[in-house]
Amino acid sequence: MNLKTWRERITVADFFMWVTGGAILLLIVWGSAATLASGRYQPHHWFDFLVFGLAQGSIYALIAMGYTMVYGILRMINFAHSEVFMGGPYTAYFVAAAFASSGFLDSHPVLSLAAIFAVSMAVSTLIAVLLERVAYRPLRNAPRLVPLITAIGASFFLQYTFRGLYGSGFQAYPVVKILEGQWLLGDFRILKFQAVVIVAAALLMAALYLFVQRTRVGKAIRAVSEDQEASSLMGIGIDRMIVTTFVIGGMSAGAAGVLYALMFKQVHFFMGFIPGIKAFTAAVLGGIGNIPGAMLGGIFLGLVESMGPSLFLDGLGIVAPYQLKDAIAFTMLVLVLIFRPTGLLGERLAVKKA
Amino acid sequence: MQTGPGLWRNGIKIGFIAGGVAVLISLIGMVEAFSQRFIIAEGITLGQTLLLAVGLFASHQAARRTPGPGAFGRLLNAVAAGLTAAAVLGIFIFLGSHLNLRKVFINASPILYKLLAFDRELGTGILLLLGTGAAGGILAGLFFLASPPLRGSLGAACGSLVGMGVLQDLLAPTFALWGPLAVINDWIYEVNGLSFGGAVFLLVLIGSATQLWRKEGPAIRNAFGRISPAKRKTLGLAGWLLVALLLLALPQILGLFLSEVLTIVGLYVLLGLGLNIVVGYAGLLDLGYVAVFAIGSYTIALLTSPELGFFNLSFWAALPFAILFGVLFGVLLGIPVLKMRGDYLAIATLGFGEIIRILVLSDFLRPWLGGAQGVGKIPKIAIGSLEFGTPQEIYYIILAGCLGVAYISWRLRDSRLGRAWMALREDEDVAQAMGINLVSTKLLAFATGAGFSALSGAIFATKLGSVYPHSFNVMISINILCVIIVGGMGSIPGVILGAVALVGLPELLREFAEYRLLVYGAVLVAMMLLRPEGLWPEAMRRRELHDKEPGGAEAEPASGPDRTG
Repeated sequence: MNLKTWRERITVADFFMWVTGGAILLLIVWGSAATLASGRYQPHHWFDFLVFGLAQGSIYALIAMGYTMVYGILRMINFAHSEVFMGGPYTAYFVAAAFASSGFLDSHPVLSLAAIFAVSMAVSTLIAVLLERVAYRPLRNAPRLVPLITAIGASFFLQYTFRGLYGSGFQAYPVVKILEGQWLLGDFRILKFQAVVIVAAALLMAALYLFVQRTRVGKAIRAVSEDQEASSLMGIGIDRMIVTTFVIGGMSAGAAGVLYALMFKQVHFFMGFIPGIKAFTAAVLGGIGNIPGAMLGGIFLGLVESMGPSLFLDGLGIVAPYQLKDAIAFTMLVLVLIFRPTGLLGERLAVKKA
Repeated sequence: MQTGPGLWRNGIKIGFIAGGVAVLISLIGMVEAFSQRFIIAEGITLGQTLLLAVGLFASHQAARRTPGPGAFGRLLNAVAAGLTAAAVLGIFIFLGSHLNLRKVFINASPILYKLLAFDRELGTGILLLLGTGAAGGILAGLFFLASPPLRGSLGAACGSLVGMGVLQDLLAPTFALWGPLAVINDWIYEVNGLSFGGAVFLLVLIGSATQLWRKEGPAIRNAFGRISPAKRKTLGLAGWLLVALLLLALPQILGLFLSEVLTIVGLYVLLGLGLNIVVGYAGLLDLGYVAVFAIGSYTIALLTSPELGFFNLSFWAALPFAILFGVLFGVLLGIPVLKMRGDYLAIATLGFGEIIRILVLSDFLRPWLGGAQGVGKIPKIAIGSLEFGTPQEIYYIILAGCLGVAYISWRLRDSRLGRAWMALREDEDVAQAMGINLVSTKLLAFATGAGFSALSGAIFATKLGSVYPHSFNVMISINILCVIIVGGMGSIPGVILGAVALVGLPELLREFAEYRLLVYGAVLVAMMLLRPEGLWPEAMRRRELHDKEPGGAEAEPASGPDRTG
């Protein structure tokens, strides 16, 4: 009897979720059909959205890498990862500005870009490692909410530290001339910097994937994610592997940060917050702990965000749909959590419960 | 006992860290911002106190971590830490005066270097700094070596001295209002900061008072224990009556500005008590809590504001709807996250909070919700012809709300539902195995928390007279989370203490405003590392977090992180 009532109540909640989810899906389909039928957007519009979405999505994917790897190894959301993402490009801005004012950026663009990337990745890595050492390491065996709250605190501390250090205004990233301009393929155009962002992110992700899959260190990291005690018995230094994970996460976040700054041409102390949540969403979308999943999730989220407002909402007659793109991204997260809580590619966690 | 460099190494290492922290504090502008406020008139500023506190803490840690029992070694290490920290800061001043750091660090101004060098020439300033570092090291080392009673008294005296200095703007006007007490102002305060004589007087007074209490305290407590139960009950009742009278008279005592601060604190107490149910009791980390606060505010705005002209109800007619909608949304937002684990839940609720804010802000809902301009002309609360307009009047509404909500929280805590929440917090699977219905228990937690939050939002809307989407960003959720974590999760007095400390104090210290979230973040991390149970913990949670230590609650807070080592 007791079990039966319990089952009934579960179904009510489940039923509600399915109805809500179904209604949202229906709205999406209806909106898309209406938009496509209205013919307001030409194919080259969609191509623009596609390229922009791919570029944005590959940045999300790079950030999501840090979330998903740290989650895999520590079973915690590194909430402060968004600040790891912000700190690097914000610091590298000063290098970029110095290059720009001295003319070095125009005379040696590739060299200066390399320097900007190096500075950004180094600073982001430094932040990530410090974070692990100061805030997370002492709390490894603490109750589950404690590290998460620490991470939230660290996130705000870092945000406002950078605000105090560098000021609260927006800083305009200098323009790199070789990245300006576009390629035309008939009606379709690709902005050069978008192409660079996509290619760079793809290369970095491929390198990272190969590192984790093919090298000894990568193997060790995967082993620690699988079972800490067993891998420490096999002679793997847990602490070192955790630090390595944070280093990898920091480097990819630093690189993603510069790509983001090149794309949106500005940096700000609060710039990490929204991309950070999005990247976490991407990691969950793909299945947390799953590296290819994070890549897929990031790109999927980027595409939904760039196409969603026009595709889903325009047809429903909603004014200024572009304002709602973040709402679409978060709705996506909720939908995935309702229908497929393990993400698109499935979680890769040995122990499901942290 | 170790000899040679081994003995020094710890001190120097800690000194380097402290020096780095001191440079960071200077670079983010805190020293300069806090140098306007004098603790001791024309003597020591709050900025200097901050730096000194970093140095003293480092020296104290160095003394504590010295290997071997030797007192001299400890003292030496403390001095080494103090000197190293001062040297790092000195190098920073030297570098800063010769290189232009300002292109990168906006706060690295000549004024800062001047402040750090005690307004002297560079060389003299750095020498003075080193001297202060060494002296601080000796003081901290001696402090560590002193007997515990003396240490307690000294700590309390110095702490209250800083407190009295910082809170001058609060205390001096309050004393001035009360004839006989006004004399105190002449004794201890100057225009800006404590007078030197006043500071010495306070040090001696508080120091000897704590010493006296240490000696006589047990006797007094014994005497209280010997009073008959009936009499003790009367005394307790009288105490409560006194508290009630004080609460009622507070706005009249404190005046307009401080009453305004009190109302803000009160709203946070309301919000905190609501989140306390969700996070503190049930252990569901909700970062989208501000969404329901917004829903409460906007419901009141929609139903009462003549600017929109939909309904034009009075506050009291609209309030049940506000709470109802709040609860409804709390449940609706709760259903999708029912099956999620702690950290998923946090991000999903954060997403909900953002969705609500984005929707309210959008042009799409503008005809109904006012878009970025918000909704204005929300009428004041009125009972008959009595209107609650000024902060001093609204205080009573908020006080009533807080008392009611605190009472409900208190009664819920020990109820069947409250115990189910706590079981859920400790272990979901075990709770379910014990026959607790996870769905209804979780949803009831979300609903109750949402109800409190909507009430707070309703009062907030009429207090301001208008609502804007910008008032409902994620920072509010984080602030409330800080309040309950600093106070102690699950503890009702803790929430009140947390709100006073984290919301009240920053309102009083204007220069603090810019660093508020920075300090919140640091406080969150420090609390989790050193004292995860909060300042005024609930008994059960304290036991849970310290269950591995033999001393239980009595264990020294600093030993918290070591146990995981």
